[in-house]
Amino acid sequence: MPKISIQQVGKVFGEGSHRVEALKDISLDIADNEFVTFVGASGCGKSTLLRIIGGLEYHTSGEVLANGQPVAGPGADRAMVFQHYSLYPWLRVMENIKFSRRLKHGREDLTSAEVEAASGRADALLSLMGLNAAVDAYPNQLSGGMQQRVAIARALMGRPEILLMDEPFGALDAQTREVMHDLILHVHRLEKPTLAFVTHDVEEAIYLADRVVLMAPRPGRIDTIYQVPLPAEREQDMKHTPEFLRLKKEILARIRETSGMKTDQGMLDQLNMQETV
Amino acid sequence: MQSIPATRPRKPGMWAIRGPLSRRQYWVFAALGLLAPLALWWLVSSSASVDKVFMPGPLDVYHRLITWYVDDDLMSNIWISVYRVTAGFALSAIIALPLGLMIGTFRPVQAVLEPLTDFIRYMPAVAFIPLVMLWVGIEESSKIAIIFIGTFFQMVLMMAEDVRRVPLAQIEAAQTMGATRGESVRLVIFQSAKPALLDTLRVTMGWAWTYLVVAELVAANSGIGYSILKAQRFLQTDKIFVGILLIGLIGLVMDQLFRLAHRKAFPWLHLRS
Repeated sequence: MPKISIQQVGKVFGEGSHRVEALKDISLDIADNEFVTFVGASGCGKSTLLRIIGGLEYHTSGEVLANGQPVAGPGADRAMVFQHYSLYPWLRVMENIKFSRRLKHGREDLTSAEVEAASGRADALLSLMGLNAAVDAYPNQLSGGMQQRVAIARALMGRPEILLMDEPFGALDAQTREVMHDLILHVHRLEKPTLAFVTHDVEEAIYLADRVVLMAPRPGRIDTIYQVPLPAEREQDMKHTPEFLRLKKEILARIRETSGMKTDQGMLDQLNMQETV
Repeated sequence: MQSIPATRPRKPGMWAIRGPLSRRQYWVFAALGLLAPLALWWLVSSSASVDKVFMPGPLDVYHRLITWYVDDDLMSNIWISVYRVTAGFALSAIIALPLGLMIGTFRPVQAVLEPLTDFIRYMPAVAFIPLVMLWVGIEESSKIAIIFIGTFFQMVLMMAEDVRRVPLAQIEAAQTMGATRGESVRLVIFQSAKPALLDTLRVTMGWAWTYLVVAELVAANSGIGYSILKAQRFLQTDKIFVGILLIGLIGLVMDQLFRLAHRKAFPWLHLRS
């Protein structure tokens, strides 16, 4: 049984003349423990699709199943990591990570052994994310990369079987992003969540994923699904292999083709011509 | 070849755009800002062409303050005014807080209450005085009611805006951790909006003071505002000065107390990086 099953999902915003078809006839199965990344030109609906899986947005047709259950709203089985502004600035790092423990959902019918285990888990996640030195800091004392580590640890705290990430490293600099890539791969191996990850960075999409889903805009739809031809254990050096570069080139070209921005490209070429003359 | 003189980038001066100002420099300028008007006041009032009735000097005002304190029960006037302002303001805050939270969180509540509040807020609070006297009477409660009317409607709208400014990602993160609607409101939206809400209280506290004089128009026989109005009748300009300056001073103290509370309650916003 697929962990996430998206069946003929459509999403329409607005009515009448304001009607916009954000997603059209999306079908995709994501297997247990699979790592799938979504890329595509802006407006292709990749974030909307992720938010529909998370239950933060509703679809207007079709069905989404998570763990075999229809998605009817957000739930702790599908944790989400956002690009930014999701940490609680009034809580210290450890309190942020343990936030779900304050919720009824996280407290229900727990034995004292389980409570202790949860405390141990928070410590383990702190170490896993390399946050030991920052345990008592407030989020606004941390760099962007450290803040995202906290957000990931917090999302993992409730042992979600599905982890949804919406451009989580989009605001980080290139060096920090590389570190985060290896960290999230490590998390994926260790915790074995099923991972759906939206990004605009094609290199990131290939390096992390088992499969890259390329979406196209107007209306938002799945264009191509690429199987990543790299070994399961990823290393930074693989980014320079011919297979990697070929796939990156192919995906980038396809995004350009589907973006509907050909006229702009034409104008740019024209400008370049004039300059060289 | 002409040699180019070596230039080193200089530390920007205080007059550079958004330039630096040391703590000492800050206090020098602050003192200047406070003392210059005082000096100007003293200069104008001591010139022979200005009648003391129109412009009493700083010394006259100081003497009036002392006689008011010694002979005329200044402290009880201050306390009754502080009581009225605080009571009207607290009543506003207690009702405005849950309403603002609801308006900023639930769209139907916003649709029902916000246009209405916007409408009422443009009605002049002063014009409500006859109605307040008719409905509430001329007791202490009528003064509190005037201050309430003057502050409440602004406060609700500002608090609703504070609540609306809570980043959606903070709320959605809680939802994907399994938070119920109540938990999202209580543990995220309210907590996140708290610093802004306290700032709104600080600002509206100032408005409560401006409505004090209006409130003490209503058949009062005590309070700083009442004293100012009475002094007008007897042309005691120096007493008017004392009253106005006292209200300013008390307001300043309360403002500073709010700022202190902000620093104590929300340490993460006042960290030196």
